[in-house]
This record gives sequence, structure tokens and C-alpha cells, in this order.
Amino acid sequence: MAEIRLQQLAHSYLKVPTGDDDYAIREMNHVWEQGGAYALLGPSGCGKSTLLNIISGLLSPSRGKVLFDGKEVNELTPEKRNIAQVFQFPVVYDTMTVFDNLAFPLRNQGLSEARVQSKVKEIAEVLELSAMLHKKARNLSADEKQKVSMGRGLVRDDVSAILFDEPLTVIDPHLKWKLRRKLKQIHEQFNITMVYVTHDQLEASTFADKIAVMYGGQIVQFGTPRELFERPRHTFVGYFIGSPGMNLIDVAPQPGGVGFASVHLPLPEAMQQRIAEGNWRRLQVGIRPEFVHVWDEPFDETLVARRVDLEDLGTYKIMTLELGGAFLKVRLPEDKAVPAEQAFISFPAQWLMVYADDYLLEVAP
Amino acid sequence: MSLTLEHVCRTVDKQVCIDDACLSFEPGSFNVLLGRTLAGKTSLMRLMAGLDRPDSGRVLMNGVDVTQRPVRLRNVSMVYQQFINYPTLTVFENIASPLRQAGVANDEIQRKVVDTAQMLRIERYLQRYPLELSGGQQQRTAMARALVKDAELILFDEPLVNLDYKLREELRQEMRELFAARHTIAVYATTEPNEALALGGTTTILHEGRIIQSGDTPQVYHQPQTVLAAELFSEPPINLMPGRIVGNEVSFANAVHFALNVDLRHVGDGEYRFGVRPSHISLVPSNDDDLELAVTVELAEISGSETFLHVRNEYFQLILHLPGVHEYAVDAPIRVYIPTHKLFVFEPAGRLIQAPGVRAARVA
Amino acid sequence: MNKVPNNKAWWLVLPVFLLVAFSAVVPMMTVVNYSVQDIFDQSSRYFVGADWYRQVLLDPSLHDSLLRQFIYSGCVLLIEIPLGIAIALTMPARGRWSSLCLIVLAIPLLIPWNVVGTIWQIFGRADIGLLGATLSWLGISYNYATNTMDAWVTVLVMDVWHWTSLVALLCYSGLRAIPDVYYQAARIDRASAWAVFRHIQLPKMKNVLLIAVMLRFMDSFMIYTEPFVLTGGGPGNATTFLSQTLTKMAVGQFDLGPAAAFSLVYFLIILLVSWLFYTAMTHADKE
Repeated sequence: MAEIRLQQLAHSYLKVPTGDDDYAIREMNHVWEQGGAYALLGPSGCGKSTLLNIISGLLSPSRGKVLFDGKEVNELTPEKRNIAQVFQFPVVYDTMTVFDNLAFPLRNQGLSEARVQSKVKEIAEVLELSAMLHKKARNLSADEKQKVSMGRGLVRDDVSAILFDEPLTVIDPHLKWKLRRKLKQIHEQFNITMVYVTHDQLEASTFADKIAVMYGGQIVQFGTPRELFERPRHTFVGYFIGSPGMNLIDVAPQPGGVGFASVHLPLPEAMQQRIAEGNWRRLQVGIRPEFVHVWDEPFDETLVARRVDLEDLGTYKIMTLELGGAFLKVRLPEDKAVPAEQAFISFPAQWLMVYADDYLLEVAP
Repeated sequence: MSLTLEHVCRTVDKQVCIDDACLSFEPGSFNVLLGRTLAGKTSLMRLMAGLDRPDSGRVLMNGVDVTQRPVRLRNVSMVYQQFINYPTLTVFENIASPLRQAGVANDEIQRKVVDTAQMLRIERYLQRYPLELSGGQQQRTAMARALVKDAELILFDEPLVNLDYKLREELRQEMRELFAARHTIAVYATTEPNEALALGGTTTILHEGRIIQSGDTPQVYHQPQTVLAAELFSEPPINLMPGRIVGNEVSFANAVHFALNVDLRHVGDGEYRFGVRPSHISLVPSNDDDLELAVTVELAEISGSETFLHVRNEYFQLILHLPGVHEYAVDAPIRVYIPTHKLFVFEPAGRLIQAPGVRAARVA
Repeated sequence: MNKVPNNKAWWLVLPVFLLVAFSAVVPMMTVVNYSVQDIFDQSSRYFVGADWYRQVLLDPSLHDSLLRQFIYSGCVLLIEIPLGIAIALTMPARGRWSSLCLIVLAIPLLIPWNVVGTIWQIFGRADIGLLGATLSWLGISYNYATNTMDAWVTVLVMDVWHWTSLVALLCYSGLRAIPDVYYQAARIDRASAWAVFRHIQLPKMKNVLLIAVMLRFMDSFMIYTEPFVLTGGGPGNATTFLSQTLTKMAVGQFDLGPAAAFSLVYFLIILLVSWLFYTAMTHADKE
């Protein structure tokens, strides 16, 4: 049981890093609280595997500290950190039975055989492996093997955290949701800190209460799935979460708001001030395709956009619109009438985000 | 050019892999083969390409029987799941390789390769080697090689499976645009119903070597002819419930009952299977006659901007497809609403009797 | 995979078929032919049935050399397999040192059998050989030409020196094929070094070990050149192994009939033992 704290952590694979670009992990401070279900989400090459290896102790960070429950563990080897890890490809001891696999970490600790028996039986019950305890691990299917590798982490009482590294990659699609459910149940039952590393938004949002989105060696947002969807704090989060991602349009400040081409977007007073305060290199507005409002009739506040493309995805439609030279996507519910050539749209103030140099500008409501 | 398969059958090791396939593809069309793993998608593509020969039946290109013509004499390209490139050649040479083989003049090669690379947005990487590129760029290179030789038929065997979902989204979009202006026949195999929908064109549903249904993608989706077609072309899977209509009452699984409404009036008494799309069930009632069910949450699968809610009660197991993010704890009790106007009705044997919307339109 | 059936492909197999026929089947049938007849010249030949086989199987000198052969092959396997595994385990996984190790290991494998015999013959001589001279300088009496034990040890050491590399290289390739995550998982499970070896490395090396055992068994069971060069089979018959006995019989005494029968028995023994090894190792932990 542990809280994992990263203090001014940075890592570079180079011996003498010169610029920011040389860092796989840029300086970060982050806390994974005891007992939480977390995800570390990001595209390949964002540094999430590096961070995972630093937490598990396979890699030593160039700078900063890793603290477990306030104690620095930088110098501790993986086996001393009491962290279990479930890998992308199931790692089982082929020649052992399922029982022996689950018992392995306990026997290594020198537990009495009676304790081993009861512990293994308990975990097998939770993971629904009881029926196959005496099968050789080699003969299991991929999802069963993955459960066994998970089980080896769960049997130990002293495990402080379990790290998952894309654990469902090799699982059959129709079995995935069952394993996801199992994972959630286990988390609720065991009160162990769990960190789930993935590039897939579905995996992350389904498993985790809070998601850390990583991009370019940094955690750009740490929030619930709802926050990531409704209030992305970074343009990358807007783009990466949701399919299709957030519409982002470059704008310039204008009296009363912002604008691009001949389009003017009014903004509240406080936001205008916020924009005026900084000397931003890049200003963007963002709105999710789900939140663009399409009207049947034009009125004062509606903007007129040209329809460029329409995809019927069965349960909903994605319409691509051109507005003042910018393209944006709009998600229409299945039974909503589709505008022919022109669409009358508006951006509800609540869902219109302003990004300055890629970060969300926030004002007190 | 057009491609036609006439009663094509193929058996390997006494296992039927293609059973009496009749298909016809128009010039310049984009065609999706949809089916689960081992449904026969790859087998069918190999037959189209001429990599395999059918045991019976004929393959016609532009009306000419090419059944016995080997693959190298047909103008066919193929893109695979794995990113297959020549590792020792630069991206430029990889793309140029089919042209070099065909003995095309150098300046012509130069022009075509650059054009194709631009189309696929890899012109910046022409002098690099495939293994130095990201997965998406490697697959773009493989696609460029398939496109550069103006093949009459391009086969894609689940080309996006090994890519991140964001890249998949982008490439899908690009492919739609790429093929809109070509005369090539594109055939694209996928296991994902949503990919078929996103790519548009026509969809052919394959199952255990048989063609279940074929036609315009939206039409196949909205009007599946059988339960099987509805199940195969729905992600998350369509919810199916056994039920019965007696007089003025409809009952599901002998457990929930509701009054017969105008949409179901024409169906008549009897046993049926009712289907409802996951996206049609909601968390709030939208009509007075919605069917309310008390259920518990098995799992809320959240995919960034949408939620797949797995729920169950003692009679049913249902999936809801909801826009937006809905967080629920495992085993939380909730109520869901099934719109009784949006039911698919199938015969017990599986044939479609009516699909929602279609029937309503006719009545109106 | 499903392929287009094309019967023309059978023609491509024909050369191999002919080659095998001439290199294996035809010579073997000749041997079979000799083993059941007594042949004096072209016109006088007598069918003797199983007589030669009976004679060979009852020959006490053959029993002796068969026993010697088994002991020898057993010793070779018992030493070379564990030693090869141990070397593979201690070799560096990557980098310059691993290349160097690979080259050093490969050197003995490149030396022809009779040269190995000659090298050790000279190396072990008490007067001019480095090993022999050093040993006698240390006061250890050593003479492979006269002392049975010394001759055995020398022949064994020679084989170990020559062939352990093969086992080590095979094991090394097997070890390199184990993904790193297995070691990581084992560290997290706090597995001891022995447990890692027993449950990860050994199972994953099984296939290459099978090849190593088979190769070393077959090769050592047929050993001829090295002891022939080193000791000529002596002292006495102490290092006369099966193949040498066979050669003596066939070439030395020109007993073609018994030699042919013996050859076939020899061949069957190798076949049988190899098969036993194979089945034992592939079925060892099936359930």
C-alpha cells in the first residue's frame, strides 16, 4: 500500500542533455495517491514507458526523486520496491501449473505452505482461475495467462502498487471488456494503487478514476475522464481524447472577443482580460464536435458554414464544415436533420475553450 | 474496370473457406469486406487477386474470365496488416519498386513517386529507410507502393489494425478522399463495423465463408436482412431479446410487458426476436411509451467522448452506447429506457421483418 | 496457408530424391546385401540368413567396445551439456565482449578432427608436449599411451575442448531469444537465480538443448578419428570404440559379412537412442 510521489523528476537517455528536446521526461511533480486507480495515457514515444520503468525501478532517473509513502526509493531495486507489474505480453512460467505460478512469489518469500495454499486459493477465486489451478500455464489462453500474471502481483500482501503496461493488447476483442470489468472489481476489492499505462483512450478512461495524459515528456493534464472530455487543459488532450478530437482554430484577439477571417467570436469580459494580460505566441479556440450547435433556422448569433463532407457512422453522423477558411467537424445524432449546403451553427459559450500557447485559459466563473 | 465473382467456392483441407460467393464490384468503387477473424475475408481477397484459384466458379475482370490467370499477369496491388516494405531500400525506392519492375522511364518514376508520396504525406521521408519511420509512416509507404502503379484492383487486408486509433482515424479519412477520385476498385477487409461505416462505399458481410449481405454501407447497416447481419454489423453488438406478441401486448422474455404500438401493429401475433441498437437505449425517457428497465451496471467503458454501458438484470444483458462521458461504479443500480418505436423485429429463424424508421416512414 | 496446387513442383524435388537415393539408400542396401550373404567372389555367394548377426551380437569384444562406447558418450553428454549451459549463462549478453566470446568459442569448432587428435597427441607428450611436460614437472605421472585412465581422460578432455563450444553457442542463442520482461517479472517475484534458471531459462532453452544433446550423442557415438590418431585405440583396447572395431573388422580383417551386419546394428542403436532422447525430452513435461 503506497502513495507514489514524483519530485522534480526528469530523465534523459543522453549523458549530457542540452535542450528540452533531449529529455524523455521533462521535469515533473506528480502524486499517485494510495489506493487510486490511475491511467497514464499518451501516444507512442510520449515518455510513458520511461516513466513506468522509473517507477518500477528498472530505470534510474537523471534527476529528481521517486518517493513511496514519503520514503525515497531511487536506489532500491525493483524487487525491493514491492511493485508488481503486468506486461503487454503475458509472462507466465510455462512449465509450472497455474497454482505454482501464483504460489511462486509467496514461496520465494518463504511463506509456510499452508499460507501459500490459502492465499493462492483466495486469489484464484477472485480471478476465476480456480477450475484450472492444476493446468500447466503453457496451455492457457492469452486472457487466462494475463490473469495469472496479474494474480502473481495480487497474492502478495506486501505489494504497494501494481503497474499495468498495455495489458490487454493480446486479448481477444470480445473478451476485453470482461477483463476490464475484472480489473475494476479487483481494484475496488483490494485497495491497491494501480497505474495503467496505455495509448488507448478507451482502456484508460474505463479503468481509471483519474488519467494523466502525457505528451512530449510531460503530464499535460491529470483529471477524470469527464474533465478530459469536457475541459481539456491542453490542446493535445483535446485532440487526443474523443473521436474525432476537438476542433481547434487559430484566432486573433479582437475587441469583444476573438476572431479569424471574417468570423467574430464574442467572449466574456473576464476572458478578454485574461487574453489581454499575456503576450501569447499562439491563440486558439477549441470546441468539441459534440458541442457545436446546429440550428434549423439562422438567427442573429448563428454563423453560416459550408458543408464539405458527411460521414454516416450509423449511430451518428460526422459533418465536416468550412467556416472562414477553417475546417471543423460536427457530430450529429442519428435522427437529426442534416443541413444541405449551408449549416447554421453556434458555439455554446460553456463549451468554447480558449487556448493560449496550447494551454487552456481559465477564468473564475 | 469491373470485377465479378461468379459462384466462387474454395475448400482447403476439407474445410470450406469460401462457399458460393457471388459479388460484383463497380469501377472506381470502395468496397469493404466485413467479418470476424477467419470469416474468409483474406481467402476471398486471395481469390480476387489470383493468389489462389477457386475450386469452382469464375472470376471476371471487365467481363473477361481471368480465373486461370496468375497474379503477376493481373494488375493487382495488396496492402497487408503488417507493414511490409523492403528494409534495405529508401522510401523512394520502395515506392518506385513496382515501377522499376515494369520498366518505367526514370523521369516518369521520379514524377509518380513524388506525386504519390505527396498524396500520402510522406514526401519528407523519401530518402529515409522504412525502419526509421513510425508505424503510420511505414504503412503509408506500403500504401504508396500499392497506389503508385495504378493497379486495377487494390486489396487492403486490415491495413490499419496495427496503428494507434488517432492515426487510424486520420488514415481512414484520407483513404476516403484518395479513392474518391480514382477508377481503381478498392477492396478493404476489416473486422470492425465502425471502420466499415467510416469508409462508406459498399459493405459485404462475410461469415464462415458465406456472404451474408452485400450492398450500400448505410443500407446494409440500417436494414440488415437477418439477425446474423445485424449482429455482425453492429459495434457494440446489437441487443437481442426473445419476445412474443399476443393481442395487444408485447412481452420480452416472459418478464416485461408493454402495449403494442403503431409500429408493431402490422407484425401480428407470434414469437419473435427483437433487436435494439445500443445507441437507441437511453438513460432518460424520450417518449411516454418507452420501456423502463431496472438494471445494474456491469461496466462503463468510456472511450473519450462516448460511453459503452454494459448492464444486466435477471432477464437481459444489454449494452448502451451513449454520447459523452458517464462514470458508473461496477454494480451500480440504474434505470434504462428502450424506445419501443425503434425495435428491429426478426423471425425466430432470423429473417428481418421490420427495421425501425423504415416501417415508420412507410406509415407516414 | 493455402497455396495453388501445382504438380509441376514435384519435379523440383527429384534432384533431392536422386541424391538421397545415391547417398543413403543405395549404399545401405549394399550393406544389407552383404550382411545376409557370405561372398567369396563374384560367382560364389551363399545366403547365410541371420548368421552374421548372431555372430556379431554374441562377440564379446564387441560387447566390450559397445559398453565403452556408451560410457564414453554418457561422459561426453554429462560434461559437455552442463558445461555448455554454464558457459552460455556467463557470457555477456551484448556488446563487444560478447562478439569476442563468440569468436573464441567458435575457434575449436573450425579445427578438423584429425588435427585435433594430432594437437593433443603432441600437447600431451611427456617429453615435448606442454601439458605432458608440465604435469611430469609437477610430479604427476601422466602417459596416455600406456595408462588406461590417462588415455581415457585425454580422449574425453579432447572432445570436451573440441565440442563444448557447440553446446554453448546453441544455448547462447536460446538464451538470447528470451524476452527481457521474463527477467523483470522474475525480479519482481523475487525469484532466486536458481529459480530463474530452472523456470525461465531452462524451459526456454529446451529446444536448442534437444538439438545439442542429439548432435553430441550421435557425434560422440561415432567417434573415430581422434582416439585413432591419439592412441590408436590403446593401451590395449582401452580406447577402442565401436567405429574403430568396425573398421578393423571390415578393412583390417576383410570380414565383410559380419562388418555389414555390425554396421546395421550400429546404425539401429544410434537411431533408437536418438529417438529415445527425442521423445523423452519433448514429452518430459507434457500433461
